[in-house]
Amino acid sequence: MDAHTGASTMAAPPEPTSHPRLLRLAEHTLEILSDPGEGAQKCGQIFGEASARMGNGVWTVEIIPAEIQPPARSPAGGSGNRIRVGQGPVTNWGDHANLVVAFNEQVLLGRHDLDALADDAIVLIENRWASEDDEVIRKQWESAMAQLTTRNYRIIEVPMETECLEVVDAPRKGKNMFVLGMLCWIYRRDLETVREIVARQFRKKSAEVVEMNHALLDVGYRWAEAHLDFQFDIPCTPPSVPMVVTNGNQAVALGAIAAGMELCAMYPITPATSVSHYLGDIFERFGGIVHQAEDEIAAAGVAIGASYAGKVAFTVTSGPGLALKTEFIGLAVMGEVPLVVVDVQRGGPSTGLPTKVEQSDLLAALFAQAGDAPRVVIAPATIEECFNAMITARRIAETFRCVVIVLTDANLATGVQPWIRPELDRRWLADPVDQAAVPNGVRPYEWDPNTGLSRRFIPGQPGGMHTLTGLAHDERSTVAYTPDVHQRGCEMRSRKLAVLQNALKPPPVHGDSDGDLLIVGWGSTKGAIEEAVDRVRAEGQRVSSTHLTFLSPMHPGLRELFARFGKVMTVEINYSDAPTAPYITQENRRLGQLAWLLRASTLVDVDCWTKVPGEPLRPARIHAAIRDALSHERNP
Amino acid sequence: MSDCDCSLLVLGEDEAQDYTMQDYAGAMPRWCPGCGDHGILTSVQRLLEEEQLAPERTVFVSGIGCSSRLPHYLKTYGFHGLHGRALPVATGVKLSRPDLHVFAVMGDGDCCSIGAGHWMHATRYNVDMVALMLDNEIYGLTKNQTSPTTPQGHPSNTQPRGSYLPPLNPLSATLGISNASFVAQTSDWVPAHLYATLRAAYRHRGFAFVRILQRCPQYSTKIFDSFLRDPSRTELLIHERGIDVPEVADLYPNRRRHDPSDLDAARAVAQDTSMARLGVFYQNESHPRYEETRHVPPHSVDERLELLTAEFDRHAI
Ligand SMILES: Cc1ncc(C[n+]2csc(CCOP(=O)(O)OP(=O)(O)O)c2C)c(N)n1
Ligand code: SF4
Ligand SMILES: [Mg+2]
Repeated sequence: MDAHTGASTMAAPPEPTSHPRLLRLAEHTLEILSDPGEGAQKCGQIFGEASARMGNGVWTVEIIPAEIQPPARSPAGGSGNRIRVGQGPVTNWGDHANLVVAFNEQVLLGRHDLDALADDAIVLIENRWASEDDEVIRKQWESAMAQLTTRNYRIIEVPMETECLEVVDAPRKGKNMFVLGMLCWIYRRDLETVREIVARQFRKKSAEVVEMNHALLDVGYRWAEAHLDFQFDIPCTPPSVPMVVTNGNQAVALGAIAAGMELCAMYPITPATSVSHYLGDIFERFGGIVHQAEDEIAAAGVAIGASYAGKVAFTVTSGPGLALKTEFIGLAVMGEVPLVVVDVQRGGPSTGLPTKVEQSDLLAALFAQAGDAPRVVIAPATIEECFNAMITARRIAETFRCVVIVLTDANLATGVQPWIRPELDRRWLADPVDQAAVPNGVRPYEWDPNTGLSRRFIPGQPGGMHTLTGLAHDERSTVAYTPDVHQRGCEMRSRKLAVLQNALKPPPVHGDSDGDLLIVGWGSTKGAIEEAVDRVRAEGQRVSSTHLTFLSPMHPGLRELFARFGKVMTVEINYSDAPTAPYITQENRRLGQLAWLLRASTLVDVDCWTKVPGEPLRPARIHAAIRDALSHERNP
Repeated sequence: MSDCDCSLLVLGEDEAQDYTMQDYAGAMPRWCPGCGDHGILTSVQRLLEEEQLAPERTVFVSGIGCSSRLPHYLKTYGFHGLHGRALPVATGVKLSRPDLHVFAVMGDGDCCSIGAGHWMHATRYNVDMVALMLDNEIYGLTKNQTSPTTPQGHPSNTQPRGSYLPPLNPLSATLGISNASFVAQTSDWVPAHLYATLRAAYRHRGFAFVRILQRCPQYSTKIFDSFLRDPSRTELLIHERGIDVPEVADLYPNRRRHDPSDLDAARAVAQDTSMARLGVFYQNESHPRYEETRHVPPHSVDERLELLTAEFDRHAI
């Protein structure tokens, strides 16, 4: 084995040992990286699911290359999973990986460059590249190793393909199961559980395929047992309540079904598409359909047409698609057609970062529209909330005859986490409208003058004939341009948000209810923010956080809450100017999107710390930002 | 269009009630005097009455334009939506409520310009509805701009020295789309033909596309004048499988036997724009209809709860 200079140890697998060092850990973060198509993701998913079943807290994130077919062995082409496993619940992807399995050195290098590995990370790497016939590859290996050895990683070479040859002729396809077996030994996973999940994953294939994968699993397990000198024990507490494991997009799809939705109209766009893949597979069994429209505009139109005709319909998209749906959303607001729009946010503007997380559509969700078009915007913060949000969204959309935009993001969409299995409620699936004839004299916008609420008519109901219009209209839906009619229509549509706001509660506070600094977040950052807040609190700082589910209307009580803290700061995954950047002044600084909103609605001088790293925020970075904010407060 | 038994709301057949023209009259039309849309409205009302369509089970979806005001002047359900977007909304309505009689009403700008993508795809979906394109070959509501169907050289406010391009041919375009199932042309100034065409379109099972040549005395009188003055510039397509309107035979001596089941012939006839051809160019009821292809039987709440429980079992740990 080559001995590399540098701090990291670089070695052939240690001699077999009958007494591996067993380390008890409260948590550990591992990554599995391969070229696309080599199955690192499947390996990671199974590992995550097995860990969840055994009773560990788990958060799994996909590592996705932005291109469909990046060149093999390229640093930007790494595909795989990060899995954070803990003794207790895990709410986010953490900071650094403690252990990495890489199928080649280039994908490893890609993660190294992003500072994804802990300085003392253990790296298990396929070693065939070191002795490849192709000199270019050997050179690449050497130069990668030279870079990697600048850190204190413990690099262990693993003859993955050679070992797999024991079982299969074409080891490239089977390596992921070998790796899974290896990880099962390292983390002392219950092999039976893993074998069962593997069998289920391949249930559509032949018995031989399942057997072969089980055999590869065993080879990996035995190799690790024979060659590694460490094992990790992360204590498990088998869950006391029934749990399920899904990603956020599956939770949205399940939520849609549980909410009684019958039509999902969409146009493919990452990272929203997998909602429709999953629904495409199962929705018809529930009497629902996925309509893949010719574009996002048509998808919105079909959903609105269906809703107008009495169905429960929604449309799902990401930022660029939301932009295209804008005009139709305005029509739904104006015509008071219930509509649920799910926006799985990604990096923008324009095509931006299609596979990466961002929270940059908040202001678009609230305001992108011609004219005044009040709508409800809610943001689930966890995978479980993705499910619940769909039920809430339908209820609000129908009760208030309004548009509800559900903002999730790429982090929730692809993150996998165990959550408490919901108790299904038949009321969620109720038919949307009373189909009786419309009583004489009732008008299509019979607005209650206090609440703006009115009864919804649908075609088929005798006595309800009228023409819904996007033009300004009165209670009869008669087009009218007089000043008072338009003023009143706007008033009534806006009033509904105030009525909804009256039914909301102030958001819960994580930490003490007063202090020096309050962090405010929304959406998928909740776990990372709370972990960072816990860390600063453990250092004795008076910091708390709150997380907003309702962005429009806003939760009540924010002003009073903010008044109890010396400083308020949002943490978001969107762009804001750094206060110290050239030309940036207090006056021209562009802020994080929630910060703008909070300033406007509370008149508090809300600050923000936001970043657009194309990855979920790491608790350590939020932690550092909080420390900075506190020191600025004290020595401005 | 035909009734389909599947529905979210099982309301039964249209009530046997005697509907009169009055039952279909909505607000007072606000089109210019002499506008072709008036006659089209009357023909539509006559169709509703002759076919005795229950007003509450009839939906007119439109876009934005003078033409798209039509639903307001009916007493059915109406959906006056966005410029260019009548077809997706109408598709959503029919897809979820096959029991409703669905009509889409569009202008030429609506259908062939801003909504052109939807037009192509709606043709291919072949959802059972009547799509009326009220083609005045100009933008009326926005006051005289060139439309995709404006004849080359015709001046407008946006192209005052005459439209630069040869016009788009909506019939050829529709006939070029796979799954097209009904394509016809008629005009507002031959009411008997207009009515017969609407009836054929309504009775067609599938997406029935009707281009109605429509006079706009405000902005495009010149375009249609020559047809009105000189009947020899019009040719009727007649066939026992198409439509034949004996009442207008005297007026329009040019008659061509055209079999609407012959797609190649339809394309050839549509391509030649030297005359205004009125009649059914193409009809084929054997094409799949999207709402039937996608039909799934409704499931009771109990069934859905049970299935969802099973689905959660798959994700259970
Ligand atoms: C998105 C959008 N763009 C533009 C308009 C303005 N607009 C209204 S109607 C119309 C064209 C009308 O022409 P046509 O569709 O031929 O209908 P007509 O008035 O001639 O019946 C336009 C451009 C609009 N309402 N919405
Ligand atoms: S502008 Fe033309 S199309 Fe519009 S109402 Fe007047 S005549 Fe009819
Ligand atoms: Mg026009």
